[in-house]
Formats: sequence, structure tokens, C-alpha cells
Amino acid sequence: MDPHATTFGVPSRKMAMWVFIASECMFFGSLIATYLSYEGKSIVGPTPAEILNIPLTSVSTFVLLMSSLAMVLALDAVQSGDRRMTRIWLGGVILLGGLFIGGQVFEFSHFYHEGLTLQQNLFGATFFVLTGFHGAHVTVGVVWMITLLVMSLRGTLGPERSLDVEVAGLYWHFVDVVWIVIFTVVYLIQ
Amino acid sequence: MSSHATAEAGHESIYAGGLRSWLTTVDHKRIGILYGVTALLYFVVGGVEALIIRLQLASADGMVVGADTFNQLFTMHGTTMIFLVLMPLSAALFNYMIPLMIGARDVAFPRLNAFSFWTFLFGSLLLNLSFFAGHPPDAGWFGYANLTSKQYSPGMGIDFWLLSLQIMGIASIASAVNFTVTILNMRAPGMSLMRTPLFVWMALITQVLMLLAFPAITVAFIFLLFDRFFGTHFYIPTAGGTPILWQHLFWIFGHPEVYILILPSFGVVSEVLPTFSRKPLFGAPFMIFSGILIGFLGFGVWSHHMFATGLGAVADTAFSLGSMLIAIPTGVKVFNWIATLWGGRIRFKTPLYFAVGMVALFIIGGLSGIMHASPPVDIQQTDSYFVVAHLHYVFFGGTIFGLFAGIYYWWPKITGRMIGEGLGKLHFWLMFIGMNLTFFPMHFLGMDGMPRRIYTYAADLGWERWNEVATVGAFVIAVSVLVFFVNAIRSAASGARAVGDPWDAATLEWTMSSPPPEYNFAVVPAVNSARPFWLHKHGPTRDISTHTKEEGTPAQPETPPVRVDLPSPSGWPVLAALGLALMGGGALVGLWLVLIGVAVLVFGVYRWAFQPLERLGHPSFGPASTGGR
Amino acid sequence: MSRERSIFRKTLLAALPMLLAGCGTGPDWRTLRPVSDFGRLGSDVYGDLIWWTLGIFVVVELLLLYALLRYRSRRDESGAPSQVHGFTALEIAWTLVPAAILFFIAIPTVRTVFVMQGPPPGGDPMEITVIGHQWWWEFQYPELGFVTANELHVPVGRTVNLTLTSADVIHSFWVPRIGGKRDLNPGSENRLWFTPTEVGQYHGQCAELCGTSHANMRMRVFVDDSATFAEWAAAMSAPAAPDSAGAMTFLISGCAACHTIAGTPAQGKVGPNLTNVGRRTSLAASLIPNTPEHLAGWLRTPDSVKPGALMPDLNLDEQRIHDLVRFLEGLR
Repeated sequence: MDPHATTFGVPSRKMAMWVFIASECMFFGSLIATYLSYEGKSIVGPTPAEILNIPLTSVSTFVLLMSSLAMVLALDAVQSGDRRMTRIWLGGVILLGGLFIGGQVFEFSHFYHEGLTLQQNLFGATFFVLTGFHGAHVTVGVVWMITLLVMSLRGTLGPERSLDVEVAGLYWHFVDVVWIVIFTVVYLIQ
Repeated sequence: MSSHATAEAGHESIYAGGLRSWLTTVDHKRIGILYGVTALLYFVVGGVEALIIRLQLASADGMVVGADTFNQLFTMHGTTMIFLVLMPLSAALFNYMIPLMIGARDVAFPRLNAFSFWTFLFGSLLLNLSFFAGHPPDAGWFGYANLTSKQYSPGMGIDFWLLSLQIMGIASIASAVNFTVTILNMRAPGMSLMRTPLFVWMALITQVLMLLAFPAITVAFIFLLFDRFFGTHFYIPTAGGTPILWQHLFWIFGHPEVYILILPSFGVVSEVLPTFSRKPLFGAPFMIFSGILIGFLGFGVWSHHMFATGLGAVADTAFSLGSMLIAIPTGVKVFNWIATLWGGRIRFKTPLYFAVGMVALFIIGGLSGIMHASPPVDIQQTDSYFVVAHLHYVFFGGTIFGLFAGIYYWWPKITGRMIGEGLGKLHFWLMFIGMNLTFFPMHFLGMDGMPRRIYTYAADLGWERWNEVATVGAFVIAVSVLVFFVNAIRSAASGARAVGDPWDAATLEWTMSSPPPEYNFAVVPAVNSARPFWLHKHGPTRDISTHTKEEGTPAQPETPPVRVDLPSPSGWPVLAALGLALMGGGALVGLWLVLIGVAVLVFGVYRWAFQPLERLGHPSFGPASTGGR
Repeated sequence: MSRERSIFRKTLLAALPMLLAGCGTGPDWRTLRPVSDFGRLGSDVYGDLIWWTLGIFVVVELLLLYALLRYRSRRDESGAPSQVHGFTALEIAWTLVPAAILFFIAIPTVRTVFVMQGPPPGGDPMEITVIGHQWWWEFQYPELGFVTANELHVPVGRTVNLTLTSADVIHSFWVPRIGGKRDLNPGSENRLWFTPTEVGQYHGQCAELCGTSHANMRMRVFVDDSATFAEWAAAMSAPAAPDSAGAMTFLISGCAACHTIAGTPAQGKVGPNLTNVGRRTSLAASLIPNTPEHLAGWLRTPDSVKPGALMPDLNLDEQRIHDLVRFLEGLR
């Protein structure tokens, strides 16, 4: 791809994703810092303790963790040129990612029925914006994975394009790690 | 198809072609020119806003504009100068020069580069559209909450401001990713980090700052957007929120932003002073590390903008000491610049004038900055005209003078023509005198208790005299800018042809014709020194750091010995950028337009992602043999 | 040593305005001529810093100028000068010297920060609450039991402890000759103490952009001798009974919806408290002198006096305005 060999011997697209992830760390860092600084500052309910459902979210966290495993296997399959397993594992990432988003949609609508809205209090605002932007990142990731799956189905995702999957995988793992932090900060440490 | 370079004449044909070729270009040189022209046009816009401000303040109880118009003018002046002039003008030099200075044929992601420019352009147009919509923003470039809340700013001005800055922020982050990777990963063989030119180093630090600082303001804007559009209470005190959250997020971005604006100028000066002193940069490694240190410390001092906010003595002390520390690496830079001139054979060309002017004026801005680091003093100075003086010595004296040094230095390289020395020096002296007339008296006004951002003041306060002087100075600056444009047009129309290396300079961009061919380097250069071209021309000297017997990097051959393929033009990045702008504009018009924007963005991104980078049939250069790369 | 230093400092500081006054008439150098202990703390450090920075400025600019003049290229010279790349000892020197200077700046800075933001000196400060409004100042004297607006009266020599907050957006309290500014944040309280040392009248104004008429949010601070202050406070605590006909005009004109006048049924809280307004020297947040003509103009079209003013134009006829002016000017 590059006109001459890169200085560090790392493909530029891969380096770009790492650089972008550094920027994203500051993005989610700012959102999480705001969540923490507003914790307990709401002047009306519902409070996190009243409404957060830890068992349910633990399940969706587990689902997202498993999707990272599927991602690793999908990359391995692409690199070894195994089309069938590529499709299966990419399909797995999409399915698990979709399940996670489904869980979030269920959680959000449940909270709305319980009276926790964006406008209700600071907890609602910080919670929905933080987890919502994470959910948006997962959604972008799922669309990206669907694109890769379609490429694979069309037969244009051979081992020579494994970098495409590797870069997408970096993104996916990052989004997964962010969720671990959010899950810990928002759900586990109240 | 192949084209051959013609001897001496440069490659002015690289700029040929109609509107379409400029819209779809992915050539870093053309994109650099697009950034530069846009920024200079906005420099005029922001300058006219400043002139109206100065006219209004020239006398007590001024009647030129009303209160609301004045608030809109200084808001747009600040926002324009920072985001639409200084940043894109730096980006222009980054775009054009960095690949040439590191021996690359383009940036790492040429189409992402085009996307960054068009996103920036559409965002800036959206901001200025607010004038035509009759609702320019009026809460200052810093837009402190909760004045920006729907309750206290019900008009659309704040929406225009926040949406357009959000869009331009995306452009900045995309461009920062691109240039970080370019600088780290695209350097010519042998160009280690310590051999990388100082300008490129300062650009790298700038990009990293952009990467890490912009997310904070992105989040601040997201909260404001939710407050204004969806009724949340992030900044609303009556619901438990605190407007001070905005101040923290804004300055976590805002202070690194100061270095984003000044470091490119540091880089230019560190190239210009050695060239015209005919010496290497004094203490180059110290210059690099002091730049890194400034960038690093820049993230830990944001609250020195908030000494009047009431954060308490402990926080004020910590941020005060951190801010003072930054003075040390900054001082190191100034001393090294002076030491670079020391013992040189200084040729007094226009670029040197501007570079020296930058150093002389930046010293003043830096020293007043040390005062601001001391809270007992700063609480008398903050939000007064003393700060207006300080920031203009940094951004006008520092950044604008440094960037003009770069413009005059690289003008022959970019345009292929020399630019008038006489008019250039006239430009310098007018700007230097005008700048000091305008901004030095503002120190006095601040010390006398005149606050910033006031559209009127009473005559009995004694502020009239120095305000008159400042207004006269502003018009002197305006004349100097006019002189620059005359000079630029004369150069373009009838300037003498520039040779490849008019200044007898040291870095790679001078090894090729002016302007360079579309493919930049006919052969990828091998680098074995921080001053590869100097080494080739003047041979190794006693003091040369590398102790090498090598001969440096020679001038480029006229034509590539092997085939060179370039990325093909693409319209999809423009379309994707348009989609983003439609989403932003749509937020002011209706959901349907947002959805159209999303569709255009997604469509553009997909077509872009699946378009081959080097399309068959696109012009390539050199022998048409198949054995290319 | 510290006394000698302090005298040295004060002499230099006194010299500075005189020095700068040579630049022409006009500036009063308000931030350098404090009339309170709080302001003095800041201006002492300010004075130090001015001399340090002026000294560095002169040395560095002279070095730069010398290098330019001494090493300019001459016609008879050809080729390149000696290619010096750097000199580590020099680098260390110009890292350590600024660090040492900063040390001398940091010490008084830190010491002063903790004094300025510490508790008010001495016992029994006078408590005053300052509330910022778009675009005027509310001053509450909880110990004395009254409220006034835009003109702050304090007795000389007695420490004042301000509690600062805002009713709407962020404002900033700044009276340059009293000392540095402190923000008035909605939803939270800041503090600022000072002991005025010189009787006089001092200009102040809002220093944080707060909307359309930010420039018109001014105030006057009166540092009174004890007798004058006692007389003013007594008049504020027990205002003369207003004439009832005028008070009725005030009520039926709609003014009472926003304004309070002690001793009348007018108890509105949105606008400035107008008790004893006739005693004030200025109107509309120190924007216009308190004369019947100016007051009439203000009542006629508030927005043209103070753009964006929240006081509505009540479309009062001239007779009504005349009655109101007579009534308000009589409140003293």
C-alpha cells in the first residue's frame, strides 16, 4: 500500500488505529470523569442503586467479552485463509455484538419506564450519554463487521487482506475494554 | 502515460486543472494550498471584525455598533482567528512541507487528508453562515456555561458555534491521526527521529496534542448539545449541575490548544534561523526535548485560566507552579534561537525578519505569561485588557509572525517564484510597528482596570488615550496585510523564477525543483544527517554531529528512473465531508436533513473505502516499464 | 531582611506608576495602587514580577539585538561560518538560571495565595453577601438587616467578608483598587475578604462576560469613615416613611412586581432593592448619574440606556413618569 517501506515496519493503517484509540481514550476518559464528578449530585431520583440491574448487565458484559474471543478467532481464520471459519467467527462477533446492543436497548427502555430519562436528573444525563456513546461505538463496530462478512461472502477477504480484519479487531477490542471500565465504574462501584 | 520534468522550470503544471481537479485532489501539496488560501481569506474576515471592534472602542461611549453586535464580533473574531486562521495556516504548511521534508511522496492517508480539509471548510462555512442567518454566536470564543444555556442564549447563535466547531474538531482529529502516522512512519530511510527536522518535530507534538486535547472539548460540546437540544442539565445549576464543569473540560482542551497554535511557529523559526545564519540549529536535541516537555506540561496546567473561579488555595498553588515550570523549556528555546544567530553569517532576508520578529515579540508574551502563572497577580489581570495584550503577543507576535516567516521562506518552493524582498520588508515593518502600537497599550489598559469584552466604557475612567493608539495600530496592521497581498499577487504575476534551492538550505525539500513535481521525489532519498542537503553541498565539517564520511543527500534527478504510481483523485472524501456538514446544519433545520446527512456520509465513506487507492489509468511517472515497484 | 525587602519593593512599586506616567496622562494604574490590605498583598507580588520580567526582557532582547548586529553577513565574507551544533554547559546554564528566578517568584506567590484565600485577618469581619444579576449587583448586609444595590458602602479599617454568588449566569466581582477579582458562580458560593485602608469612591465592574450588557454591569464602592458609614447604615435600617401617594403610584405602575421599598407594600425580589434610592449617586448599575432627568429617561426607555435590560418598558405616560421620579428621588 505504501509508496515505500514504513519507518517502523508497522502498517500505517494499524498505527493509525492505535493513534485513534489514544484519542478515544481521552474521549471516554472525559465522559467517565464527568460521570464520577456528578455521582450523587442528582437532586431527585432515581438513583443508581434503585435502578441498575447488575445481574442482567453482567450477562451482557459476558456476551461482549465473548465477542472479543470470536474476533480473535476470526482474525486467525482470515490469516490462515480459512473462509468458512472466517465467516462463522465474523458472524459470531456480529451476533454477540448485536445481543449486547439489544441488551442495552432493553435496559434503556426499561429505565425510561421506571422514570429515569435524560432530563430526569444528572444521573440520567451522565449515564445515558456515557453508555449511549459506548453503544454507538459498538454499533459502528457491528456495521464494520457486517461489511467484512459481506466481503468474505463475496470472496474478497483473503489472507492478503487480513490487515482489514486486524484493524477492525483493534477497534473492537478497544470498545470491549472501554465497556469493562464503564461496567466497573458505573455498575460495580456505586 | 508519463510526463517528464523539464529542467530548471519547476513543475508549475502540478497546479493546472479546473475546479474538479481541486475538488477531487488528494495531493498533499494542493491540499496545503487549499488550506493556506482558505486561512488567508479568513484572516481578512477576522481582521475586519477586529477593525470594527477597535473602531467601537476608539472612544468612550462608542456608537459604531451596539452591545449585541459587539459581543458577536469578538466571539467571531476569536473563533475565526483560532480555528479558521491559525490552525489551518499551520495545517497548510504541515500539508505542503512535511512529506517534502521527510522524503515521502505523500501523507500516509491522502484521501483522509482531503476529507479533513473539506470537513474543515464546510464546518467553517457553517460557522459563518450564522451571519446570514442573523444569529452569530455571542458568548465568546470560550463560550462559558451557563451563559450558553437555552435560558440565557435562546437564539441559534450558540448552536451554529457548537455544531460548526464540533465538525471542525472531527477534521482536526482526522488530520492529527494522519500526520502522526505520516511523521512516525513515512520518513525516508536513514531519517531517524533525531535527524528529523525541527519543524516536523514541532508538527508531531502539535498533532499529538490535537489527538489528546480535542476529545475533551468534543465531550464538552456533546453535553452542551444535549443541554440545548434535549433538555439535560449538565451545566444547569438549578438541577445540581455546575457550569464550572465546562470550564474544566474547555481548558483541558484550551491550554494544549495554546501550544497547538504556537508550536508550529516554533518549528518554522527553528528552520528559518539556521538557514539564514548559515549554521545548524543550536542545541537541536534540547529544542526537541523542550518541545516535548512543553506539550506534556501543557496538559497539567489548565486551571491557571481559572484562578478567579474560586478553586481554593491548594489547587491554585499546584496549577501555578506547573505553569511556571513551562517557562523553563520555553526559555531554553529562546536562548537556543539566539545562540543559533550567534556566530553566524546572518543574511537579512524577509523570512529572517519575521522569524526574529517572532522571537522578539514572543519573549514579551512569554514574560506576561509568567505573571499570569502567579494567582495573586493573575486575579488582577485575568479577564482584563492585560490578558488581551498577552494573548496577542503570543498568537500575533508569536504565531502569525512565525507563520509569515514560513510563508516567505517556503513561498519560492511552493509557487516556483521569488517574492519581493522590498515589499516583504515593508510588510514586516508595518506589521511589527502596528502590532506593538495595537497591543502594547493594552497592558496599560489592563493595569488600569479595563475589563475584556466590554463594548463601551465611560470617559471619566481615563481609558480613551491608549484605546485610540490601539485603534490606529490596528489599521497599520491592516495596511501591512494589504502590502502582503500586493506582494503575493505581484510574485504570482511577474516574480522571478525560483531555483530549487534559493536559500542554500539544509533540508530535503530543497533537493527538488520549485515547485516540486507531482510525485515529490524521483528517487526516495537516503538520509544520513540532520542536514542532508547541506552535507552534500558543503561537505562534512569538523563539528558535524554524525562524524560521517558520507556525502549527504544530493539534489533529485529530473525524472524518476523507475515508474511512480500516485494515488488517484477521489470525490468521495468530499462527499463524506458534505454528509457531516449536512448533519450539523440539519440539527438547525430538521431531522430529515440530519438523516440525509447520515445517508450521504455513509454512502461517501463506503465508496471511498472500496475505491482502489491507485486506480488503473491514472497518470504515473517515469519509464512505463511494468517492473515498477 | 524581609522588612528591607518589603521597603525596597514598595519604593519600586511607587516608582512604577510615576515612571509609566511619563507615557502620558490618562491611566490611573488602578491595579497597582491598592486601597485595601488584600489588594496590597497582590500588588506586592505584582510589583516583584514586573521588575523580574522587565529585567529579563531587557537582557534577552539586548542579547538578540547584539547577535543580529554583530553577526550580520558582510559583503567580503564568503562561505559558511563555523558549524557549531551546541554546547551542553550552556544548555544547563540557561535551564538552571530561569529555574532559579522562578523559585524567587514562586515563594512569594505561594505564600500570598494562602494568605489571600485564608480566613479574614482579625476577628469580627463585616459579612456582606454579593449576588450577581444580569446586569446589576445586589448587596445584602445580613448583620445590619438591609439590602441595597449597585453601590456598596463599607467602613474604612474594618475587614469585610464577602460571600459571592449569582442568581443567573457567572459574573465576576472586580474593584481594581480593592484587589483581584473573584467569580460569582450560580449554585455555589465564593468568598473574598478585604480591609479597606483609604476613604474614597472606587469604580468596579463585572469581569466575566455575562450577556448583552456585560459592559454596563458597573458598581461603585464607597469606603466611608466610621461616622459616615454609621449614618448611612442608620438611614438604611430605618428609612423615612415614603409618602403614601407616591408609593401608590409605584404600586399601580407595576414597579412593585420586581422592586422592594422598605416600609411600603412593594416587596418584589427580581430587580434591585430601591430603599433609599434617592441617596444613591448613580442609577442602572452605576451607568448614569442619579438625577431626575436621567431617572426619567431610564423609566421611559430602559433598553436604550442599558441594552437588553430586563426592566421592561412599561409605556408610562409623562405625568406618571414625573410622579415616579419625584417619589423615587424623595426616598432618602
